[in-house]
Amino acid sequence: MVRFVNENFIPARVHVKQDPEAFKKYGEKYNAHWTPTVLELDPNGEEFYRAEGFLPVEDFLAQLMLGRAHMDFKKGKWDEAEKRFREINEKLPNADAAPEALYWAGVSRYKAKNDSSALKETARAFKTRYADSSWAKKASIWS
Amino acid sequence: MPINFRHDVDSVLEEAKKRNKPVLLDFSAAPM
Repeated sequence: MVRFVNENFIPARVHVKQDPEAFKKYGEKYNAHWTPTVLELDPNGEEFYRAEGFLPVEDFLAQLMLGRAHMDFKKGKWDEAEKRFREINEKLPNADAAPEALYWAGVSRYKAKNDSSALKETARAFKTRYADSSWAKKASIWS
Repeated sequence: MPINFRHDVDSVLEEAKKRNKPVLLDFSAAPM
């Protein structure tokens, strides 16, 4: 967790009790009115992902990894995004975010190669993994 | 080793722009 955060982000914290003025200022700026709320901001300070509410460490890390992958996806860095999404499935296969990561890994590969077989492969993968997830339903149209 | 969170958010945002590095901004009420 610590290594992932330090490698990928500059970490900053606004504490509601220790610094209520900062909480008001940045809470209004980023529409964060509850804790814990964790935002991933791009280098220009624009929000690209948020996680709200407590999560166990493994699920929280997967959420952070998912957000970081989505940042690359939104920038059109398909190969890098796919690599990051698949890393979640490989390292944290039981995390809540894993089915979503599998879905977006398939979409990233499709975007990179413009090859619909990537979507079909993803739909097939959902038949054996995370079959009861909402992401399996979303991928079912590709089979 | 804990995450070394900074509290000078404006400085962090400036540094992020200069280093082209994303920011993790944690709104917390956890005991410190």
